[in-house]
Amino acid sequence: MDPLEMQDDSKKSNKPKYSKFTQQELPACKPLLTPSIVISTFLLVGILFVPIGLASLSASQEIVELVHRYDTSCVPLADKVGFIQDTKTDKSCTRTLTVPKHMKSPIQIYYQIGDFYQNHRRYVKSRSDKQLRYKDAVHLTKDCEPEVYGADGAPIVPCGLVAWSLFNDTYTISVNKKAIEVNKKDIAWQSDKNKKFGSDVYPRNFQNGNLIGGAKLNESIPLSEHENLIVWMRTAALSTFRKLYGRIETDIMENDQLTVVIQNNYNTYSFGGSKALVLSTTSWIGGKNNFIGVAYLTVGGFCLFLALFFVVLYMIKPRTLGDPSFLSWNRCTLDYPN
Amino acid sequence: MAGEDDGNTTNGRRRRRTRRSAVRLSKLYSYACGRRPSVADDHSVSRIGGPGFSRVVMVNAAAGEPPAAADLLQHQQQITATTNSISTTKYNLFTFLPKSLFEQFRRVANIYFLLSAGIAYSPLAAYSSSSAIAPLVIVLVATMIKEAIEDWRRNQQDTEVNNRTTQVFQQGGDGDGWDGDAAWSFRDAKWKDIRVGDIVKVHKDEFFPADLVLLSSSYEDAICYVETMNLDGETNLKLKQSLEVTSTTLPDDDSFRSFAGAVVRCEDPNAHLYTFVGNIEIDGQQHPLSPQQLLLRDSKLRNTDFVYGVVVFTGHDTKVMQNSMKVPSKRSNVEKKMDRVMYLLLFSLIVISVVSSVFFGIATGDDLQDGRMKRWYLRPDDTEIYYDPNRPAVAALLHFFTAIMLYGYFIPISLYISIEIVKLLQALFINNDIHMYHRETDTPAHARTSNLNEELGQVDTILTDKTGTLTSNSMEFIKCSIAGTAYGRGITEVERAMARRKGAPVIPNPDNMDKGNNSGIQQQQHILSSSDSEGNNDKPAVKGFNFVDERVMGGNWVNQPRSDVIEMFFRLLAVCHTCIPEVDQESGKISYEAESPDEAAFVVAARELGFTFYKRTQTGVSLRELDPSSGKQVDRSYKILNVLEFNSARKRMSVVVKNEEGKLFLFTKGADSVMFERLSGSESAYREVTQQHINEYADAGLRTLVLAYRELKEDEYAYFDRKFTAAKNSVSTDRDEKIDEAADLVERDLILLGATAVEDKLQKGVPECIDKLAQAGIKIWVLTGDKMETAINIGYACSLLRQGMKQITITLETADIIALEKVSDKTALTKASKDSVARQINEGKKLVNASSGESFALIIDGKSLTYALEDDTKDMFLDLAVGCGSVICCRSSPKQKALVTRLVKTGTGKVTLAIGDGANDVGMIQEADIGVGISGAEGMQAVMASDVSIAQFRFLERLLLVHGHWCYSRISSMICYFFYKNITFGVTLFLYDAYTSFSGQPFYNDWAMACFNVFFTSLPVIAMGVFDQDVSARFCLKFPMLYQEGPQNLLFQWQRIIGWMLNGVACAVIIFFLSTASLQHQAFRSGGEVSDMATLGATAYTCIVWAVNLQMYITVSYFTLVQHVCIWLSIALWYIFLPVYGAITPSFSTTYYMVFVEALAGAPSYWVVTLLVTAAALIPYFTYAVVKSWFFPDYHNRIQWLRHREKAKAHPDPETSADVELSQVLRQFSVRSTGVGVSARRDATAVLRHLNVDYSQSPTPGAGVVVVTTDR
Repeated sequence: MDPLEMQDDSKKSNKPKYSKFTQQELPACKPLLTPSIVISTFLLVGILFVPIGLASLSASQEIVELVHRYDTSCVPLADKVGFIQDTKTDKSCTRTLTVPKHMKSPIQIYYQIGDFYQNHRRYVKSRSDKQLRYKDAVHLTKDCEPEVYGADGAPIVPCGLVAWSLFNDTYTISVNKKAIEVNKKDIAWQSDKNKKFGSDVYPRNFQNGNLIGGAKLNESIPLSEHENLIVWMRTAALSTFRKLYGRIETDIMENDQLTVVIQNNYNTYSFGGSKALVLSTTSWIGGKNNFIGVAYLTVGGFCLFLALFFVVLYMIKPRTLGDPSFLSWNRCTLDYPN
Repeated sequence: MAGEDDGNTTNGRRRRRTRRSAVRLSKLYSYACGRRPSVADDHSVSRIGGPGFSRVVMVNAAAGEPPAAADLLQHQQQITATTNSISTTKYNLFTFLPKSLFEQFRRVANIYFLLSAGIAYSPLAAYSSSSAIAPLVIVLVATMIKEAIEDWRRNQQDTEVNNRTTQVFQQGGDGDGWDGDAAWSFRDAKWKDIRVGDIVKVHKDEFFPADLVLLSSSYEDAICYVETMNLDGETNLKLKQSLEVTSTTLPDDDSFRSFAGAVVRCEDPNAHLYTFVGNIEIDGQQHPLSPQQLLLRDSKLRNTDFVYGVVVFTGHDTKVMQNSMKVPSKRSNVEKKMDRVMYLLLFSLIVISVVSSVFFGIATGDDLQDGRMKRWYLRPDDTEIYYDPNRPAVAALLHFFTAIMLYGYFIPISLYISIEIVKLLQALFINNDIHMYHRETDTPAHARTSNLNEELGQVDTILTDKTGTLTSNSMEFIKCSIAGTAYGRGITEVERAMARRKGAPVIPNPDNMDKGNNSGIQQQQHILSSSDSEGNNDKPAVKGFNFVDERVMGGNWVNQPRSDVIEMFFRLLAVCHTCIPEVDQESGKISYEAESPDEAAFVVAARELGFTFYKRTQTGVSLRELDPSSGKQVDRSYKILNVLEFNSARKRMSVVVKNEEGKLFLFTKGADSVMFERLSGSESAYREVTQQHINEYADAGLRTLVLAYRELKEDEYAYFDRKFTAAKNSVSTDRDEKIDEAADLVERDLILLGATAVEDKLQKGVPECIDKLAQAGIKIWVLTGDKMETAINIGYACSLLRQGMKQITITLETADIIALEKVSDKTALTKASKDSVARQINEGKKLVNASSGESFALIIDGKSLTYALEDDTKDMFLDLAVGCGSVICCRSSPKQKALVTRLVKTGTGKVTLAIGDGANDVGMIQEADIGVGISGAEGMQAVMASDVSIAQFRFLERLLLVHGHWCYSRISSMICYFFYKNITFGVTLFLYDAYTSFSGQPFYNDWAMACFNVFFTSLPVIAMGVFDQDVSARFCLKFPMLYQEGPQNLLFQWQRIIGWMLNGVACAVIIFFLSTASLQHQAFRSGGEVSDMATLGATAYTCIVWAVNLQMYITVSYFTLVQHVCIWLSIALWYIFLPVYGAITPSFSTTYYMVFVEALAGAPSYWVVTLLVTAAALIPYFTYAVVKSWFFPDYHNRIQWLRHREKAKAHPDPETSADVELSQVLRQFSVRSTGVGVSARRDATAVLRHLNVDYSQSPTPGAGVVVVTTDR
């Protein structure tokens, strides 16, 4: 098919070889936006999208989601920052929630933080993937500025802003006054646990600088077991985000009373962020997410509308070729000085 | 290759030499005028040794003992240091890298990318440096590989040339006997080893390896014939002759052994092909050298067994190499505009970077207030300068560079290389188009530079040469007028066209006595031309001869009244020329090598009429004549005493001959304008009639020459000869004037014999082609050197002019100017001429302005053109010319052609195309936006200078209307698409950055971004650029008006470009907001996992890949399998890339480690979102396209609809009958807007309405009988 080769073949005569390819006559389809094609395309999209929209909407509706914002209520009105920065005060805070609908297990527990720029470039970059993964890469802290060395001058493991600012609120949940277990295992991606965080890398020098960021880590447990850290270190895309805290593996009945004892440690007050506790069931579409369904319905509906619009247009103003004005040059655009 | 078997060939040559010694040159023949006086008394020679004339060449320095001083030796070493090897390559091994890189970075975009690569290695980098550099490196390497391949090809060519062999006089090195004397001989040497001062021996049909001074040749008079086609495109042979002193002392190989050596002093290397100043010192005696002794490299030795020459210039010093200046590199308008779009993009890039930096600065400064940290997790208290809240302004400034790098995806890095690839492939399609292949000459079309493809679709004005371009430059002797009687019954194309124009296509002239015969000829012609379309040649039985008249043919002329004049007439034809006969030894057939086809036609005519010219010696010519008294063939020879050569000022040529009885004759032929005033008053009885005949011939589009003679008395001749020889031998600047003066002495009181008419045949299909081009709205200007009448007639013949047209003629051949010329007051004449021209232009303009709907033709002659092109009048002239339907400039010089081209180009700002075939068209070909050379007939000069070469004018139709339109539409769509896809990508990056408080965090993974342009989106765009066809070739030709989309630049106007950019922005906004809103903070999988930066980015990226590639399905109107494959392959590549990249160790793939396999693939929401977002992103453009195509269709849309209708015709419905009419309306419309062309003619000639039936058979009535029926 190479035209160059073809020329070489025909050394005797310079005549170009005939082939449909070289003569640009390959069989081709030449689609034209005819009324039938246009209207059926819109119809097709509409007909396809509306059911998908309905399905995802209903999936989303089935999900029971409990969102409770506690950052405002778990703190004194005056000097929130001072309160939260004071390490000595007791920050526990008890909230009671009523479950509106039956929640089937597993129930995901998330914490949701607002206005926290985990996607800030300085923040995102401030980590050392090698150090997290390999035992002998402790000193590879080049990117970790400014959380590199502890008070003793030895490198921090895990270094960097991301790890340093690890979320440290805790929740103790009881249903109808009966404490239930929150499973904090398997909340991180398997690949992260296996390949990104070393099972032989232990936290060291962590959070012993003069400024404490967030949670501390048990130095006897390897990084790959600190799933809350692993979850935290997958930086969120947007400034409001949820992260898995754990799972409840029993059903919660409708109208059950949930009592949550919150250790309100994490400072979102400095930057005016929000904190919320979220309990949610899931379905095939994930968490509660009406948007996908609504968007599908909107787009589908719009397409159906357009289909209808073009049908009407075609009926009112049939675009026939018999109209000579169609064929003549559009004077205003094409009448060139000649 | 040259020196095979030495003994045999030398013997053979000796034998031939003895035979040729019979034609030893005496001093008589005109060529003797090449000899210079032997004393160096002339001022140009006296300059030798001065600045610019410093070259000293020791002839055969190595062999003889040169009479040289030390400084001369040193000089010799210096100039021999320049070898004869040439190199036309741009680069060598060492300069390649820096030089080609430098070339690359002359592009704005590449500089930008270099800058951002620089940023990538600083802490400012938004993403990893290697991924930032990779696309740039790929693009640069690809471009450099292309450069390297091209240069390698040039190098191969050079090597081939450098390794050619020729014979050099040198000492045998190895085993050839070591006794010094015997070892010296002519041995094969490679061209590259030739040094200045070497003596070389060149054999017949070999090229000269360097610039040589001719020493002697196989002819005893030391002449040789040289073909200079490679230099100036002229196919005729030129004669060179050595100095007598060298030719006598150095007749053969052996003589060089005893040659004591010589010194040549001459000018320094320069580019003037036709001058050479120098002298040669032999035995202490200096002899001047002239161009007559100079043999130029790359010209070819012809008709001469061998020559000896001494090398004076080698390698790049040779005149041909000095001449080979770089062809000006041309850039297409589309690319120039693309650059402006690039600037726009760069500008908007800077704007959004500034916006980004400002917001970043504010956010950063806000982080630390009164020592209290806000976003404590960023540690604003402990930062580098890039994030320092105490110095937000500096941080913002530095951030600007980060932003520039991050949003760099606005700028399509692969655009340039993609365009180059696409254009290369487009050029291959042009080269391989079977419809542009000319079988007779075995020449396909050839796009020599591919960077002007799309310009072919934007041509507004075509400037065409006439001879050899519109006409085939095959001259046919067709009519003559002898002693006041017109002979010849042939009908010319023009006559036929004119007859048709008058509404009488096949009705023969009633005045003509032989009606039957006439139509018989026509019928014969019909047969000839119809067989022609099947591939046979369209030449008459004898090439150059199309004369039919039984009154003079077959020896019947002896019975005509005034047969004495007829005899003299034919004799003159056979004698007065510079042709060289070539007798085929076996068949005895005689063919002629002539300077111009006219000359050949005359000699052939003489032969056919019984005066066969069969031998030319150095002293004369021999004819085989029909003796009227005996009625037998007799051989006669004529001594040629002088040749007064033709030039454009003299417009005539004469020979002085002595016949066997010793009588002296002057034979002259020339243009009527100069000849009539030289006739003797008394002797020209039939002067009036002849003049009338000449006018008739000119009307019929024929070239006419007047033939006259006179007898010379001995003393008169002797006086002339003295004067003439003196003039010839003088070397002062007014030499030519002196020669003219001398010639004037004898070229007077001539006796008129008659006139000849030669037809310059139109090329096949020219009128139809011009008609199509005119329908396409392209203006056609004819720039010709011919006289006005001929030009006008050709204009008629090829439909550029028609009866209904008003002709505005601007000429200085008016009575008052002519009167002034006689007075010859130069300043007054100039002023009057200028005023006259300005007045005529003004009048013309008034006429054009006053009329409405009429079409005009402007005809201007060369003299007037000189004044019209002056600075103060040229705008007025252009104004007038633009208002006219067709423009014909006659009598224009090559320089004027180029000037007119420049005027049109710069004055209108539109794209011009110049087409020509000869060396005289090179100027305009290089000046025009696109130069097209006609390959085949007249040398290669025009082709070498051109951008595209085609074999026939008619291929221009397909080249422009089909390839040009396609290339234009493809390239403009492609560029728009490029901008679209990159803006889509870039804007999502910007939007995301806004959500990271403008910190410069990229939305996507580094390597995924790097691959966007190269892998996921480039293939379909390239496929579109190569394969898309908005309208098929058939419809392109059927509706030539479609072409106007190009000249009016409808497909690459700002609205369209901006429209596409806005579409890109819209797409980006839809994709970004829909995907982020769909996958915000909640879980996106049933396992409860939430989406993070990697998954959200990958999802949005997926949507972009889908949307951008599927957009192709709405944009492209011609889908071959290739396009489908490219589109789906690109999408597939993304899905291959994701898991493959994700499987690589996390230290490389970082955030995208297992992102697809583990996170996305198993999440239904990922797929659901992909479908939603892709569809949503495409709907706006789809809706727009529907509305546009339904209610505001472009011209190509309309034709697409028409084609659709045509297809639907299979089902009979009442509307179909209207369709034919509709396409008619469409055609008529396009015809109406132009004023020229066959169809315009048909339109205008309402009288011919009733002949519609005839026209339906022959679609192009003005075309004569040559009907193109190429199937398309």
